[in-house]
Amino acid sequence: MTVISSHKDTEALTLTIVAEYDAAPERVWRVWEDPRKLERWWGPPTWPATFEQHDFKAGGRSSYFMTGPDGTKSNGWWEITAIEAPRRLEFDDGFADDKGERNTEMPVIHCAVTLEANGSGTRMTTVNSFESLEQLEKLIEMGMEEGMKLAEGQIDALLAED
Amino acid sequence: MYNHVVVSHLDDAEIDRIFHALADATRRDIVTRVLRQEESISQLARRYDMSFAAVQKHVAVLARASLVVKQRSGREQLVHGNPEVLHKAARLLDEYEQIWRHRADAIGDILSEEDE
Repeated sequence: MTVISSHKDTEALTLTIVAEYDAAPERVWRVWEDPRKLERWWGPPTWPATFEQHDFKAGGRSSYFMTGPDGTKSNGWWEITAIEAPRRLEFDDGFADDKGERNTEMPVIHCAVTLEANGSGTRMTTVNSFESLEQLEKLIEMGMEEGMKLAEGQIDALLAED
Repeated sequence: MYNHVVVSHLDDAEIDRIFHALADATRRDIVTRVLRQEESISQLARRYDMSFAAVQKHVAVLARASLVVKQRSGREQLVHGNPEVLHKAARLLDEYEQIWRHRADAIGDILSEEDE
């Protein structure tokens, strides 16, 4: 079992995921470093990712696209803001237009990854933070379906997560 | 999340009001209560260790953010919740959580394949 916990903070606009693996931090680091490994897990199941560029160093840029079920391509980019192998990686993840240029209308998510040795394995913590409230709202709109219906328990759960 | 749904135009000022309104424990408590059941401002005021005027101000902040709706009923001001916005925020984070759970599992699969 990999994921051991997650925490959502609607006010700080962060999502934290903690996972544990039976592999040393150096090996877990490789799934981030090696673009051929990275593209096996980055995209959602129906939107596999292809990394065309992966400049894995401080200030480095990556460019990738994800291919949807109908063949539609969605372009994305990373900019690495902090890197300390094999312990810490921070990067911004955003959308790009058809030519791979940054789409400034779309949200940017900051992702901070920490790998800690845990016995013979690794604990991986990823913290996603949304740059601004309006970006959060744009993402919400993108993921939304029509006709939402609310159960009270969902609000309780949401508010209990402070 | 990556589904190319056209993003509708949004009023940024309104979004800021919503999140500002939720960044206060009393106001979150008021939202929770009036989502379950409509309450008057005087009923709400009895629940908190603060003046009627202070509670009224909190309700006004929530109403400006459309998190609650105020309705006059005789001499009473009734307050009920409007859960749509909270639900949107929860949905977003839920979807992100799903994406990350999938990623974490896929990393686990890659690592165990390498072991074989």
